[in-house]
Amino acid sequence: MTLIQATSPDRLSGGDEEAFVTTNRSVWQRLLANPTAMASIIMLTILALSAVLAPLLAPGNPLRVSPADRFIPPGAEHLFGTDNLGRDMLKMVLHGGRTSLLVGLVVTVISMSIAVVLGAISGFYRQVDVVLMRLVDGLMAFPGIVLATAAAGIMGPSMTTVITSLSIVLIAPSLRIVRGQVLVVRELQMIEAARAVGVPTLRLFTRYILPAVSSPILVQASFIFSAAVLGEAGLSFIGVGIGPKELSWGNALTEARNYIAQAPWIVLFPGLALMFTILALNLLGDSLRDILDPRLARRR
Amino acid sequence: MLRYLGKRFLLILPTIFVPLILVFLLLRLSPGDPAGMMLGDQATAEQIAALRTQLGLDQPIWVQFLLWLKGIVTLDLGNSIFFREPVMQIVPRYAGVTIMLTLVALTLAILIGITMGLISAMNRNRPIDRGVVTTAVLGISLPEFWFALLLIFIFAVTLRWFPVAGYNPPSAGVIAFASTIFLPALALGVRQSALMTRMMRSSMLDVLNEPYITTARAQGLPESKVIGQYAMRTAAMPVVTVAGLSAGYMLGGAVAIEIIFALPGLGRMLVEAVGRRDYPLVEGGVLTISLVLAVLNLAIDLIYAILDPRIRYQ
Repeated sequence: MTLIQATSPDRLSGGDEEAFVTTNRSVWQRLLANPTAMASIIMLTILALSAVLAPLLAPGNPLRVSPADRFIPPGAEHLFGTDNLGRDMLKMVLHGGRTSLLVGLVVTVISMSIAVVLGAISGFYRQVDVVLMRLVDGLMAFPGIVLATAAAGIMGPSMTTVITSLSIVLIAPSLRIVRGQVLVVRELQMIEAARAVGVPTLRLFTRYILPAVSSPILVQASFIFSAAVLGEAGLSFIGVGIGPKELSWGNALTEARNYIAQAPWIVLFPGLALMFTILALNLLGDSLRDILDPRLARRR
Repeated sequence: MLRYLGKRFLLILPTIFVPLILVFLLLRLSPGDPAGMMLGDQATAEQIAALRTQLGLDQPIWVQFLLWLKGIVTLDLGNSIFFREPVMQIVPRYAGVTIMLTLVALTLAILIGITMGLISAMNRNRPIDRGVVTTAVLGISLPEFWFALLLIFIFAVTLRWFPVAGYNPPSAGVIAFASTIFLPALALGVRQSALMTRMMRSSMLDVLNEPYITTARAQGLPESKVIGQYAMRTAAMPVVTVAGLSAGYMLGGAVAIEIIFALPGLGRMLVEAVGRRDYPLVEGGVLTISLVLAVLNLAIDLIYAILDPRIRYQ
């Protein structure tokens, strides 16, 4: 039997409410049965573990300069080689990942939370919706990195600045998706029934609407995570990110580009780590979407 | 058609004003005195006060907002603090490079996307399709600034086919221009081309299932005509639709690409202006990018309306 996921209006009819519950309960099982999803989960576990365990795996200050060890190619002693200041690249990549993933996680949580609240309001109140959607239109078309660059210049480069500006920029696409889902779900009979028996709006939202819109939120969250990691790296790379005293993959690449001819490995490894992360998150998002919306999966 | 265009034009206004208002608010509401920061430690109190008056910072915020709106409407964006000349004279010098870069990158992305998507869909589930799909997933995950560094290492440093950095304007000749714009445009276009490949592939697969394609084939039309004339035109529509979003994304990505390849474009100008706290120039840069995007989106809407007559009557 195929499970119906009611994410699109044409799939919705009176009896489909049950599909929401069934879908959400078995997401894990179906994720585990999907090879792409499994691969991405394994990749993300490796990344998370290496970030958390970085101080144990590579003890010592990753930014410690050692002039005698400049430009050592990858080998037994330095697995990823050393950079122009004699810093161990493996250490830089492991410790840099902590910042990159932390920023990604925090930005995802902040922007998705705001998007869910505003999306729910937007889906329920037409007057607010008109204003919010125009704001979203404005934010969606404009390149977020340019806004974030301007913000970093004004507020000064720091982790807080990066998190704030990326969160603001990434609210817009998620808000649009949550709102669309809420618009679909609010027309369901179960919501009508709940309203008829007098369930208060807040409870209606937390108890009935939120669970029903959680699947697309989950898919969106993995894409927002990857956009946030990429955004932080891009901002830090051009020097308006987390600031030179902190270490992230983007920061590590900033100076590396000046030595690309002499020591290509210092460009290679932080970038590979970045790509590996984004790939894992994109694969997770893709397979989640396939699992949650079989209508799309058919075409892949 | 005119009514349709008028409606589209109104919808584009938020695209121009939302980013500008955000930057305006950030600038005015963030702690610290911009005038003091712009002039540095050695400035006297009189100098700071004079600059505050010149920038209108001593006025209430709503007056500042109205003055700022007036400035935008009359295209008087003030003087750059660093260059000491009108923003309106500086920005166009840089904007051309960025527009060129984005247009070339967008063209590359659309060409690659449509071709690869088509090849993939026509060979569904064969090895070549799997190869394209896998490459597209990798392409979407490729940070463009890192890809740019890889391109430089392979094609400029090792093979020496292209210069490492620098820019020749189109007036310097097609080959000179192409040699400096190709690598940056490729780096900037690669993620979007991967996205477009996936989009083209899935929309082509959908279109090939449509009854009118079956009819066309049943009538004995040659396959090249069925695909080239009937299927492709419909399938390419979603790709055209996202071109506007892609262009916006590329204008953002152009910041890093311009820095890496030392292209004298808007993105680099913006980062330098941000570094120098040259706020009038920052606002001018953001305004220009908004305007470029608005014009581009309007152009895409036009193309869309020409391709699909139904759009005009909605």
